[in-house]
Amino acid sequence: MPDSPLRILIVDDEAPARRRLRDLLEDCAAALPLAIVGEAQNGREALEMLQNAPVDLVLTDIRMPDMDGVELARHLLKLSHPPVVIFATAFHEHAVQAFELNAVDYLMKPIRVQRLLGALQKVPRLKPVSAEKLSQLPATARRFLSVTERSRVVLVPVEDIVYLKAELKYITIRTAQREYLLEESLTRLETEFGARFVRVHRNCLAARDHIRGFERRVNDDGDAHWEVLLADVQETLPVSRRQQFVVREMGRETAA
Amino acid sequence: MAAIIRQNSNQPTLPDFRNMGTILRVLVAVNLGAAVLAYARAPQLASAYAEWLEVTGFVEPYLLLVLAVLWAASPWLSRLSFGIGVVTVALVTIVAGSLLHTVLDRLSPLPPGTLARWIVFGLVAMAMLLFYFHLRARALSPAITEARLEALQARIRPHFLFNSINAVLSLMRSDPRRAEVALEDMADLFRVLMRDNRNLAPLEDEVELCRQYMELEQLRLGDRLTVDWNVKSMPGDALVPPLMLQPLLENAVYHGIEPSSTPGTVSINLFLSRGEVHAILKNPYRAEGGSHHSGNKMALANVRERLALHFDAEASLESRVTKDAYEVHIRIPYRTEAANSATGVPTVTGPMPGSEDDSVGGASARLRLMEVARA
Repeated sequence: MPDSPLRILIVDDEAPARRRLRDLLEDCAAALPLAIVGEAQNGREALEMLQNAPVDLVLTDIRMPDMDGVELARHLLKLSHPPVVIFATAFHEHAVQAFELNAVDYLMKPIRVQRLLGALQKVPRLKPVSAEKLSQLPATARRFLSVTERSRVVLVPVEDIVYLKAELKYITIRTAQREYLLEESLTRLETEFGARFVRVHRNCLAARDHIRGFERRVNDDGDAHWEVLLADVQETLPVSRRQQFVVREMGRETAA
Repeated sequence: MAAIIRQNSNQPTLPDFRNMGTILRVLVAVNLGAAVLAYARAPQLASAYAEWLEVTGFVEPYLLLVLAVLWAASPWLSRLSFGIGVVTVALVTIVAGSLLHTVLDRLSPLPPGTLARWIVFGLVAMAMLLFYFHLRARALSPAITEARLEALQARIRPHFLFNSINAVLSLMRSDPRRAEVALEDMADLFRVLMRDNRNLAPLEDEVELCRQYMELEQLRLGDRLTVDWNVKSMPGDALVPPLMLQPLLENAVYHGIEPSSTPGTVSINLFLSRGEVHAILKNPYRAEGGSHHSGNKMALANVRERLALHFDAEASLESRVTKDAYEVHIRIPYRTEAANSATGVPTVTGPMPGSEDDSVGGASARLRLMEVARA
């Protein structure tokens, strides 16, 4: 679409940085037709705006409260037409190296207008960066998991999750209110969130903060096993034989 | 130039005889020595106590007399070269020993040869202690030299530098005057960061620097950052290590304000209490995501180390996490350039030798500081 202007969303938590980017984009407008669709203060706000107004390019800062730039890019992939994301960073320790390594586009702040224009001209030829590559970037664990429901991206705050259970192709996310279906690997989630969840069964991660206790149960055929009792949720989760040490460890923690 | 600076910093100096840490170390070392001496002299263990009583009978008054003289002469001693200083301390030891001997001998006659033994004991103890303090200063001084370099490399986060430049750039078109002020603040900040920060500087200079720093942060963060200054009753002339507060404020903003989407307040409380300067810094803190702790600890460790170098045991830095806030509390002795002595400590001796010269030295030091600021 050579004629339609490039639709751009600016995401940065610092007002001066947003203004600077706006100034620079206006400078570029002479050489390249573009439209600044809006400005957002963090990833969460950006995602909300993009649900209703799709754009071609998201120019985002990396370090932001609530949801950082890398996490935003991961959630954006769930949109029906994911935009291209270019990161703008002041200086992010080793991040720059990782960006280079994974060929993820980024601009260094302060941004020069020529560099920005060059990046903008490339956008129509670019594809959104894959989730694979994004997960290689040094980032803290996500604050949200995102699922698509009726072509909208729904964010589930990680601290609300009671357990994650792998079932066939999907993972069930259980919160106190309801369930969601997620397409990801349980092992990946386990490494990403580390100590927040504990594996109680081959197919199940329970959130430590939501574990109320454990109960010994005997089946009809006489086999005994442990069940995880959860806060806010009635159902219980079986602990597999291999993961029984979890009961001992967590029992000790709560006793201490 | 570099060679000259290095030479200067490596030159040995006498310990600060008014520092609690120095005095404590001397007291402990000499008393330990006396105890060992008594034990060695005793024919059997049972009589060691009697020996010890006898030894301390002369060691304690002797030691306290020498320490008192050195305490009184400290400002004057600190201006002597190391060699002359050592000779002076040796002379003090000899003269104090003979004086004490004359007095005690008159009260109850002492066996002959006592004086010589006392003075040998005193001189040996003095030499060992000075050697120890010299080694200690040598072991710690590279840290001071490097504090400057470290200030450049680690204290100001590159993140802050580039974001600030970016913020100034954003003002260029809309508000050139504010951009000018911001650049001036940045220039001042970096001038302090790049200068030789080994010597103590007045607290008011540090506060001024912190104000400029916080102005820059405010430029970037706008309404998200509120700064609450409680410095009305601070002793502006108190001497503090340069960059004592700025790195801690930088931490407060980086960990307390930036990660939060809601506005927050950083409060700075400076006051004088019982001869000590207190600084209490507070910022909001949410106890989750633990990735930033290491950086915070580095800045704390750096400030703590420099406090120890300058004030030994008389200064402290404590940090604590409450339910929703992070607090750092610094306590340092109140020293000024004019007096170069701790207030609150009653003056035992009369007018101090060379106290007049001292105030002149203070004034010229301040002049030098002003030149630096103007340059």
